[in-house]
Amino acid sequence: MTAAVEFLNVSRHFGAVKAVDGVDLTIAEGSFFAMLGPSGSGKTTCLRLISGFEQPTGGAIRIFGEDVSTTPPHLRAVNTVFQDYALFPHLNVRDNVAYGLMVKGMARAPRYAKAEEMLALVHLEGYGDRKPAQLSGGQRQRVALARALVNEPRVLLLDEPLGALDLKLREAMQDELKALQVKLGLTFVFVTHDQHEALSMADSLAVFNEGKIAQIGTPQEIYDRPASRFVADFVGSSNVLPPALTQALGGPARWSSLRPETVRLAVTGPVSGPVTALRYLGAATRVVIRVAETEVAALVPAGQPLPAEGETRSIAFDPSALHLMEGA
Amino acid sequence: MSGAILPARGPGDRLTALFWRRPWVLLLLLVSPPLLWLGVVYLGSLAALLLQSFYSIDEFSGVVKEEFTLKTYAELFRAQNLDIITRTVLMAAAVTLASAALAFPIAYFAARYAKGPWKAAFYLGVMLPLWSSYLVKVYAWKLILAKEGILTWAAERTHTSWIIDGILSVPGLESSSLSTSPVGTFAVFVYVWLPYMILPMQAALERVPVSMLEASADLGATRAQTFRSVVLPLAMPGVIAGSIFTFSLTLGDYIIPQIVGNSANFIGMAVYQLQGTAGNIPLAAAFAVVPILIMLAYLTAAKRAGAFDAL
Repeated sequence: MTAAVEFLNVSRHFGAVKAVDGVDLTIAEGSFFAMLGPSGSGKTTCLRLISGFEQPTGGAIRIFGEDVSTTPPHLRAVNTVFQDYALFPHLNVRDNVAYGLMVKGMARAPRYAKAEEMLALVHLEGYGDRKPAQLSGGQRQRVALARALVNEPRVLLLDEPLGALDLKLREAMQDELKALQVKLGLTFVFVTHDQHEALSMADSLAVFNEGKIAQIGTPQEIYDRPASRFVADFVGSSNVLPPALTQALGGPARWSSLRPETVRLAVTGPVSGPVTALRYLGAATRVVIRVAETEVAALVPAGQPLPAEGETRSIAFDPSALHLMEGA
Repeated sequence: MSGAILPARGPGDRLTALFWRRPWVLLLLLVSPPLLWLGVVYLGSLAALLLQSFYSIDEFSGVVKEEFTLKTYAELFRAQNLDIITRTVLMAAAVTLASAALAFPIAYFAARYAKGPWKAAFYLGVMLPLWSSYLVKVYAWKLILAKEGILTWAAERTHTSWIIDGILSVPGLESSSLSTSPVGTFAVFVYVWLPYMILPMQAALERVPVSMLEASADLGATRAQTFRSVVLPLAMPGVIAGSIFTFSLTLGDYIIPQIVGNSANFIGMAVYQLQGTAGNIPLAAAFAVVPILIMLAYLTAAKRAGAFDAL
């Protein structure tokens, strides 16, 4: 498989701030790649390095094998869906979508035909004459998508495109984006701070922390086998157990992670503690037990008996569920 | 235990309660003084002026005849008056175009790049000339542009006198020095009105988000295409606001062309002379209506051209 985007030891420093620090990255052609991380972790800067709005202070970036270090944004065969959509307010939807073709010098009739085609792709037929201000958030998002796709980019970059949408719309758009990516067979690079979004949409993802990649892999790999405490903490809602507790539970003296859904409650066992919180989640109830200064959460499926707050419970789990991590 | 309603502390509380129950009372209080000012003093006097322009003057006695007539407006079309109007409009248009061209890079720098102390320096630099007397500035320019002035002196020392001589030999602009040529009038107008162009332009440019410029580049536009298709249309309301200032201020000014230039008549000067020494109030009023009509036509044309689409 060809690499759509390659980062070779790429850094982007702003004075003393290392926004991106020695990142190596390969994004396979045709994949849905997510960059996940908290704000300020360097994920958006990485996206801007691909689009060309930032220039690396070190290392090299290749798009389909070509070094783009000296290529300005307007000559890169990648397009971006911006976080705030950045639709041109003075142009109607049709002209917004056709903008990329207009600046290339395409005549009015063919470029409008192409724009209509793109609007149909994002289910916005008949909206061509409206101004962006007359659209809802979800519709603007689709226009931004159509506008970015009209140039037939080799890589589509999406900068937290769903962040401004409400939950229901966001879930619908997630499905739609994924379907669109499969249909077009394009490489999508998606920046998000929402771990559920990254896990559910991406073929592979990179978890960013402080300008570096903390882990890179498929969603399953990252969810089941987090490489570090940071990844375990940030992706999903895992229990992070210190070495002493891991040892008390029958493992080596190492940091480990334990998914709440793998934890069962028992009346007696090697480690026990008081129930400190109960949170009803519908399909399950999240029960938190304080064991040796560490809060351990367990997901109790609906229908099973629940302890009361303050009662003492012990935790049990399948030994294979305990995942050991790097670092002391 | 206190009740659910807190005790009123005084008339302030009771007034606030009244405004809460009857929001229109507050609105009326706020709006009526400016509305009275605008309606009676401002528009009223404008109406009185308009009325005057439909009167005429008795050529023998010099007394204003208070009868409706279009005779005074017809006088505007006499060759000598038409000359004044054409000259003023051409000057105002030239001043506006030059101001826009000069102001744009300054406003763009201020809006896009100036931060912290640079921004303060920008505002100070633009506003400072407005704090000094208009007359002082105009007389200072007369000295700068004079034959014995610093410009001529600098041109002689750098052997570039041919530039000034060249400008002064262009038909219509010829004169013995810049300070007595229409070029001088033009330069002083541009200097004096430039801040009024820079400030609204800067405000408009500041509202153009960076992501919009990035989106344009991302979609393949060169800098020139981004400027033409995104920056300029979005900044247009500001440019128009600025041009309203420079255009209308030039149309109405009567001091600069008196001090700098070849003493050719401008609308403002004509109004000044007609209502003063000549005592021809109706014709002065008719002249004063001309800039109003021109501005209305200008704004209509700007609106038709889509200049306010980004508002």
